[in-house]
Amino acid sequence: MAEVLVYVDHVDGAVRKPTLELLTLARRIGEPVAVALGAGAADTAAALAEHGAVKVLTHDASEYADYLVVPKVDALQAAVEAVSPAAVLVPSSAEGKEIAARLALRIGSGIITDAVDLEAGDEGPVATQSVFAASFTTKSRVSKGTPVITVKPNSAAVEAAPAAGDVSELSVTFSAQATGTKVTGRTPRESTGRPELTEAAIVVSGGRGVNGADNFAIIEALADSLGAAVGASRAAVDAGWYPHTNQVGQTGKSVSPQLYIANGISGAIQHRAGMQTSKTIVAVNKDAEAPIFDLVDYGVVGDLFDVVPALTEEIKTRKG
Amino acid sequence: MSLRIVVTVKYVPDATGDRHFADDLTVDRDDVDGLLSELDEYAVEQALQISENSDDDVEVTVLTVGPEDAKDALRKALSMGADKAIHVEDDDLHGTDALGTSLVLAKAIEKAGYDLVVSGMASTDGTMGVVPALLAERLGVPQVTLLSEVSVEDGTVKGRRDGDAASEQLEASLPAVVSVTDQSGEARYPSFKGIMAAKKKPVESWDLSDLDLEAEQVGLEGAWTKVDSAAERPARTAGTIVKDEGEGGKQLAEFLASQKFI
Ligand SMILES: Cc1cc2nc3c(=O)[nH]c(=O)nc-3n(C[C@H](O)[C@H](O)[C@H](O)COP(=O)(O)OP(=O)(O)OC[C@H]3O[C@@H](n4cnc5c(N)ncnc54)[C@H](O)[C@@H]3O)c2cc1C
Ligand SMILES: Nc1ncnc2c1ncn2[C@@H]1O[C@H](COP(=O)(O)O)[C@@H](O)[C@H]1O
Repeated sequence: MAEVLVYVDHVDGAVRKPTLELLTLARRIGEPVAVALGAGAADTAAALAEHGAVKVLTHDASEYADYLVVPKVDALQAAVEAVSPAAVLVPSSAEGKEIAARLALRIGSGIITDAVDLEAGDEGPVATQSVFAASFTTKSRVSKGTPVITVKPNSAAVEAAPAAGDVSELSVTFSAQATGTKVTGRTPRESTGRPELTEAAIVVSGGRGVNGADNFAIIEALADSLGAAVGASRAAVDAGWYPHTNQVGQTGKSVSPQLYIANGISGAIQHRAGMQTSKTIVAVNKDAEAPIFDLVDYGVVGDLFDVVPALTEEIKTRKG
Repeated sequence: MSLRIVVTVKYVPDATGDRHFADDLTVDRDDVDGLLSELDEYAVEQALQISENSDDDVEVTVLTVGPEDAKDALRKALSMGADKAIHVEDDDLHGTDALGTSLVLAKAIEKAGYDLVVSGMASTDGTMGVVPALLAERLGVPQVTLLSEVSVEDGTVKGRRDGDAASEQLEASLPAVVSVTDQSGEARYPSFKGIMAAKKKPVESWDLSDLDLEAEQVGLEGAWTKVDSAAERPARTAGTIVKDEGEGGKQLAEFLASQKFI
């Protein structure tokens, strides 16, 4: 059976959920072979084997942390040469897309980014994409070389499928370009204790209607009652009320949770681009004409300062 | 010392218009008004600021690969303050994918001569966000991408990249390819004086032969990906909308419970 390379996104050996989803998709096309790089790479093996990796190729070197993107491209290219896979799957983060693009160019292959689904086809894997702010769904495939495809978070279910997960060390020679862009400082993000925005099953967002940084406590309280991640519109981010890392939309994160609750958000096209594929959409807005209501499964026309706290209370009561 | 900056800008269909596909499954560029991609305005802005903050002799060239109308995007960038423009236009370019676009841009950048390339974070139609990395790969120079802050001094470019896991400080020597995000600072509006001055600024037109490229290397034929189908997403079925008359929170909780979220 053909092998499919899966690029592993991990933090010091802890595999992030989108990579496990990729293993589910990879199994539809062939046998997953995972590539884990950097500090803690070897520690990823157990989780990867548990989710279907037949092999895990690892490599650690200081270059991965000290220089931007290119060392990882060099390593992934070495893995492609070692394995001759039927496809290469990479999580669709900003960095993942850059790595995938440079790899595709080097190996003379086409690239598809931001797939939301993947299936085997007669002429290679067929990727589903959601385009024009999710108003169209396309099906595409790579017509030259080894398909390189980046896949968005929440595109498949994580499934346990125990496999051998044989670990071996990948041999990597860094290119002349590898040390071109130096990382001279790194400030890790502080954990909020809430789920990761792109991975969360429920996202509770606030927009301009929240009217102030302090008021975001209302949004956070609702999020915490549901075990949800917190999102924000660009208007709320630009006003300095909430960090840019939490922005949902075209120039922020694209989310596809089971439930999205928009509070005081009008629903501009650029915001919709990042949340329109959510399974269930709920909105609270005092303007009955707000475009967000065109998307909702359930909407409340009202003041969020009344509705949201009441909702949070009711959830807490019901949950006991 | 002199510093030659090339800013890559894309002419895109207006996102607030009714965007759709043409019969050959390429983006329909005829029915929706086009404009300079808003995300590339940030690239023009940062190039102009680098120029204004420099003691060197700086020249800012804006470059686009696109149809006839794409000149509008160049005019806008010139009226913001760029010095000159290059328009790569050729009938054979229709349907070019990101890899092909990066080939044409790289050839044009080399022909123009450069020390620094500044790109936007993503095009607002394709939203791939891969062209800057591809340009760095093709040109064989460092990529310093997705910056929310950028500066150039003594042949070195520095910037801050706010990633998912961490905020990173980056540094590379010129020549280099930079891309900037919409967090890098509001783009200026063209002034009346700027608009008048833009009319006199040079716009060069190049076609594939000027770049020693063959038709087969680009366009729909040269694309390494193929779109097999495009379907409009079915409109969401109309939801329930209630007006809050004191019970809105409770009603919403009831809905969430019925959907098993509580
Ligand atoms: C290139 C580009 C990229 C962009 N990227 C993004 C992006 O990634 N994400 C994004 O979100 N936007 C993005 N935008 C901006 C987008 O166009 C909108 O400006 C933005 O989404 C508006 O945010 P908002 O809905 O919070 O604010 P508004 O549009 O001002 O809406 C606020 C809403 O709150 C309601 N409201 C006010 N008070 C209350 C109250 N007390 N109770 C209930 N409701 C209340 C109002 O009725 C209104 O509907 C982008 C724009 C451009 C040009
Ligand atoms: N046709 C084009 N002409 C000029 N610049 C482009 C073109 N396509 C993409 N770019 C540049 O590459 C960036 C990223 O585009 P993309 O990878 O298509 O999302 C844009 O913000 C532009 O700076």
